[in-house]
Amino acid sequence: MAVDVATVRKVAHLARIKTPEERLEPLVQELNGILAWIEQLNEVDVLGVEPMTSNVAQPLRMRDDVVTDGDKIADVLSNAPKSADGFFVVPKVVE
Amino acid sequence: MTDLTKLTLKAALDGLKARDFSSEEITKAFVANIDAANPRLNAYVVQTTDKALEMARASDARLAKGEGGALEGAPLGIKDLFCTDGVQTTAGSNMLKGFVPPYESTVSTNLWRDGAVMLGKLNMDEFAMGSSNETSAYGPVVNPWKSKTSNADLTPGGSSGGSASAVAGDLCLAATASDTGGSIRQPAAFTGTVGIKPTYGRASRFGMVAFASSLDQAGPITKTVEDAAILLRSMCSFDPKDSTSLDVDTPDWTQSLHKGVKGLRIGVPKEYVVDGMPAEIQALWDKGVQWLKDGGAEIVEISLPHTKYALPAYYIIAPAEASSNLARYDGMRFGHRAAEAKSLTDLYETSRAEGFGNEVKRRLTIGAYVLSAGFYDAYYVRALKVRRRIAEDFDKVWGQVDAILTPSTPSAAFALGDKQVDPLTMYLNDVFTVTANLAGLPGISVPAGVDSGGLPLGLQVIGKALDEATVFQVASALEDAAGFTAKPEKWW
Repeated sequence: MAVDVATVRKVAHLARIKTPEERLEPLVQELNGILAWIEQLNEVDVLGVEPMTSNVAQPLRMRDDVVTDGDKIADVLSNAPKSADGFFVVPKVVE
Repeated sequence: MTDLTKLTLKAALDGLKARDFSSEEITKAFVANIDAANPRLNAYVVQTTDKALEMARASDARLAKGEGGALEGAPLGIKDLFCTDGVQTTAGSNMLKGFVPPYESTVSTNLWRDGAVMLGKLNMDEFAMGSSNETSAYGPVVNPWKSKTSNADLTPGGSSGGSASAVAGDLCLAATASDTGGSIRQPAAFTGTVGIKPTYGRASRFGMVAFASSLDQAGPITKTVEDAAILLRSMCSFDPKDSTSLDVDTPDWTQSLHKGVKGLRIGVPKEYVVDGMPAEIQALWDKGVQWLKDGGAEIVEISLPHTKYALPAYYIIAPAEASSNLARYDGMRFGHRAAEAKSLTDLYETSRAEGFGNEVKRRLTIGAYVLSAGFYDAYYVRALKVRRRIAEDFDKVWGQVDAILTPSTPSAAFALGDKQVDPLTMYLNDVFTVTANLAGLPGISVPAGVDSGGLPLGLQVIGKALDEATVFQVASALEDAAGFTAKPEKWW
């Protein structure tokens, strides 16, 4: 399954990475090189095989649904690009 | 007086405990080495000298009272992937430039609990995506080793290139590192150092900047197998803050060393003979087999039939997980935010385009593609099924063997710039290491010889899940047999 410029433009948008037009064609080449190499996975018989999402055999632990941490507004905001009055400040999103 | 910076971690800990020298002395010696070497090697991206001296003096006070933990007074380097409270942590990315965590990773918390001293943060490939350290926003780390046949600067490998270079160049006693597809073991092999990735779940991922969460695992890079056993023990712990952390005891792996390999069954997988592998790598592997045979081990030829599919499966799974993990970098709460944008979407897209480097963008694009509607089953789900086949390959051989011996890398360290043309060539660096990540198994790289250019080569031992004890036992036997004592000649 090879990709073209239109597909790469769409995928770059899905990944939320602004990609200039002149970068699209090289990216098509790179991705197609990688995808062609990945195609060999089609040789493997995976009929009836369960997808392996984790190599930890145990079920995920449950914890009590209680508050164990908090009251760290200054910490939480300490790396914000912009903040004011205990809030993150983001650009206006309703246009 | 002996050069304190050339000591192993074990010898330094003994010397500190015996009060032969103080933590402040050895810390100052390392700071002097870093000051002199870093303009050339570029191993440290942040030096925390004041903090180091403060920690060293506190250690000296404890040692004077006969107190202190397992790493008391030992100056270490920390890969820039581990969040350190109050100290900039960027994972080698412009995206996190200026990011100062208000909390500490569990792994580094464990080290400070045991009395270690932090010298600074170590350079790495951006978000650990790379095998040569060339994707770092800070520029590549340079390997202290040089080939006899060329004066070219060599890569220390990646992604933990700063950790490997710092240990090999005597810029710390030992270092933390992390391994998603080979990022501890490949740099260790390239720098004549020891690196172990433990069983997935042994070391907490809390406070480690995430790349591919089902594969990421922390471990040490050190000068000797014994040092690796000491440092790994401190790094590992059960941690409720990491949902995949294993609630198991952490053994004292130094008990597994120098026991020989008599009676152990060592698997040699025929699928690890890859096309174009240099004769020197095959010769080293043969030598490793002979050493273990001479030590009384039984050598068993085994088959891991899905080995060749491990790298392509990895290059679907890791980018897919990365594309999900790195969605957090949206320029809103932390990380880089673009100065200007026409809309909210434009702000996300511009912030990410400015903050991420090319390799990260490439992998995030692949990740988004293999997870997108219409391709999810064909790529992502298929890769997860192949992953299970790879894990099953190992499950099937554990009845016949106790550990597996392979080369660590398909080559010695290469020159910076050599493999940047084609991303695929770079990806092949992890061909021998990536299977252990996909299956969650422990793997160690031990320096075992040099190539014709005098550059170090490593052998890898892979073990059963949670059986680091046997991995250390075999690694120790290889280390004893190899008697690897070569050191890089100081040119920096």
